[in-house]
Amino acid sequence: MLGKTAGGLYWMYRYMERAENMSRLIETGQRIALTRSHGADDEWGSILKAASTDRGYGAKNGGDVRRETVVDWMLRDRDNPGSILSIMDMARNNARLVRTALTPEVWEAVNAAWMTLRQKLSRKVNERELPELLGTIRQRTALVRGATHGTMMRNDIYDFARLGTFIERADYTGRLLDVKYYVLLPTAHAVGSSLDNVQWETILRSVSARGGFRMAYGHEARPRDIAQFLILDPRMPRSLNFCVSKLRDNLGYLASDYGVKHPSLSQAEELKRRFMSHDIDAIFDYGLHEYIQGVLAALGGLSQQIEIDYRFNQ
Amino acid sequence: MEEHFDEMWGREAQLRDPYQQFGQWLETEDATRLRAKQREAEDLFRLTGITFNVYGRAEAEERLIPFDIIPRIISAREWQKLSRGIEQRVRAINAFLHDIYHRQEIVKAGRLPQEMVSRNDAFLPQMIGVEPPGGVYTHIVGIDLVRTGEDEFYVLEDNARTPSGVSYMLENRETMLQMFPELFSRTRVRPVSGYPQALRRSLAASAPAATQGPPCVAVLTPGIYNSAYFEHSFLADQMGVELVEGHDLKVVDGRVQMRTTQGYQAIDVLYRRVDDDFLDPLNFNPDSALGVPGIMDVYRAGGITIANAPGTGIADDKAIYSYMPEIVEFYTGEKAILQNVPTWRCNEPEARQYVLDNLRDLVVKEVHGSGGYGMLIGPTATKKDLAAFRKKLEARPGNYIAQPTLSLSTVPIFTRQGLAPRHVDLRPFVLCSPRGVEITPGGLTRVALKKGSLVVNSSQGGGTKDTWVLED
Repeated sequence: MLGKTAGGLYWMYRYMERAENMSRLIETGQRIALTRSHGADDEWGSILKAASTDRGYGAKNGGDVRRETVVDWMLRDRDNPGSILSIMDMARNNARLVRTALTPEVWEAVNAAWMTLRQKLSRKVNERELPELLGTIRQRTALVRGATHGTMMRNDIYDFARLGTFIERADYTGRLLDVKYYVLLPTAHAVGSSLDNVQWETILRSVSARGGFRMAYGHEARPRDIAQFLILDPRMPRSLNFCVSKLRDNLGYLASDYGVKHPSLSQAEELKRRFMSHDIDAIFDYGLHEYIQGVLAALGGLSQQIEIDYRFNQ
Repeated sequence: MEEHFDEMWGREAQLRDPYQQFGQWLETEDATRLRAKQREAEDLFRLTGITFNVYGRAEAEERLIPFDIIPRIISAREWQKLSRGIEQRVRAINAFLHDIYHRQEIVKAGRLPQEMVSRNDAFLPQMIGVEPPGGVYTHIVGIDLVRTGEDEFYVLEDNARTPSGVSYMLENRETMLQMFPELFSRTRVRPVSGYPQALRRSLAASAPAATQGPPCVAVLTPGIYNSAYFEHSFLADQMGVELVEGHDLKVVDGRVQMRTTQGYQAIDVLYRRVDDDFLDPLNFNPDSALGVPGIMDVYRAGGITIANAPGTGIADDKAIYSYMPEIVEFYTGEKAILQNVPTWRCNEPEARQYVLDNLRDLVVKEVHGSGGYGMLIGPTATKKDLAAFRKKLEARPGNYIAQPTLSLSTVPIFTRQGLAPRHVDLRPFVLCSPRGVEITPGGLTRVALKKGSLVVNSSQGGGTKDTWVLED
């Protein structure tokens, strides 16, 4: 496979995952705005932060953080490289680049997603249409994932697709935690107390895991459990541990397929060993903030190493 | 208005033989259903991404080439004659190219003026004395044909560089098969779907001596913003070979190699969809970012097959075109089976005068033009256009040739008001390798969708049709 193709696959799946995560973030913000009488604009601020687009937003719109402006910025502003519209353009461009590596089903799912969203986002989305639109984004990205799962060969093509997916997902969960870590700190609450309803909803909704959390930990949303769930739970498909395991596995498949063990695999193994093999109390002792910063930095380094090892660029 | 020959109805509104079965089917069809099918076809094309980018517009703009559901049907007998003529012509073109870059016998024999070669921009001095692997210059050729009557076909132009459109030929058939399966079970139509594998075999058979093991074939594209990118990726995909860009390639150890996830791997045959000028910044345009520095040196040393070979443009030059009957006769020893359109070369004073005097009745083309650009169609041009073109022609007569306006045949298209005749041309696709010449039955039918228009180019409002060659 061409190095460029591997890179195109990796990025196409990163962007598809990113589009899905952005839609979740917007949905979370919208939900909080509707269910809370005051302080909702603060939530939009932290949502911009979790999307890593707070600075770009500030540069264009100043300090005025309002629902309407934020939603438009995150959905369809071309100046925002992280808007759904920009992300979908980049996902499709990468899909075009690697079209020979995709099954027709996957290509058509990406192309149809792009066509539909481009059309729906061609003008401002009003509040009434927002839920349906966010639903469309989720359905369309799920269709790409389903087509990938059901039609693609489990070879190096698939491995690069999965690497892109899980780097992006781990990065997203990590950034979400980074923005919200303070509400999870034991010092913020009496030990054992439940979290403010809105706060835990924000977090769990943003990863589509309210049900999952209840199943595993019951109805009490204790900060320690939420942190445990999002960081270490091996059953939760968006936890850092789950994503890091997948990264390690897929790099392992590549290593055995190609017969070469690259530094990226060692890095993923190290990431898993160093950050995922403690219990949650040890992480709190170490410092949740520092820990998450450490994971995000390691993920960034891993992404760069993958690009080098598999010759994405010249 | 003169009467045009209609391929479905002839001149007397009598269903012609090749259309008998189709005509019967059509009679029983309901117009509403057909309209729905026409829309369905468009959705299908858009979903699969069979689009082309329009030059000079925003990068994001992609358009569909309109597809018309009424097929263009050619009988087995008609095709037999055409394909013989095409094969003869393509063999002559290859022999001509070899001669032009070696001994130039045709010039020495006085059949082609020296300046047609030496002063021709399409002549590539870098190719003098180069032996392309297997002796093949034009691996892929598109011969544009037009029809004016029951038995009258003309070659409008030869495409010996990088003819495009074959993906539409293939997808048009796929679409028709999906939408009207019943048509194909009642009429025996020769399949076209073997083209990608035939192309791969043909390219592999042209591999250079340096090849070790099974030949590695790749398609070179200028990238995703090129107007024909869809076709490039489609062909690579259908052949099961890599689609590469210049920045994926590098000359390593005397071979052109592509950067893979596991290191560099040598390419034996490069089906390039990049123009000569951009192929190698060291040997041609130094500003090109699309090519591979040093590929020409590898080529000259026999380390890679470039398909088509650099310098083949001289064979589809429109001034050279006017000599094609002589060229065919010179290299094959036979009369040309396919006719040329009579052509005036404006660099000859008498011809120039004739063209200037009759501009209103002629089609005037730039010698190196393509895609229907820079062309004057006398009968439909305004006074202003005519005056402006006259000036251009007088300033650079050698840049132009002129031809009579042919009364091109029509084939009906499906419109809101029912069937309506529109002018068509035909581009059959021909493969050449050391093993021989292979022609896919049919080709791409382009149709001018505007009533009365003769311009079939997709960049200027043309559409396409599925082209059927019937089984014997």
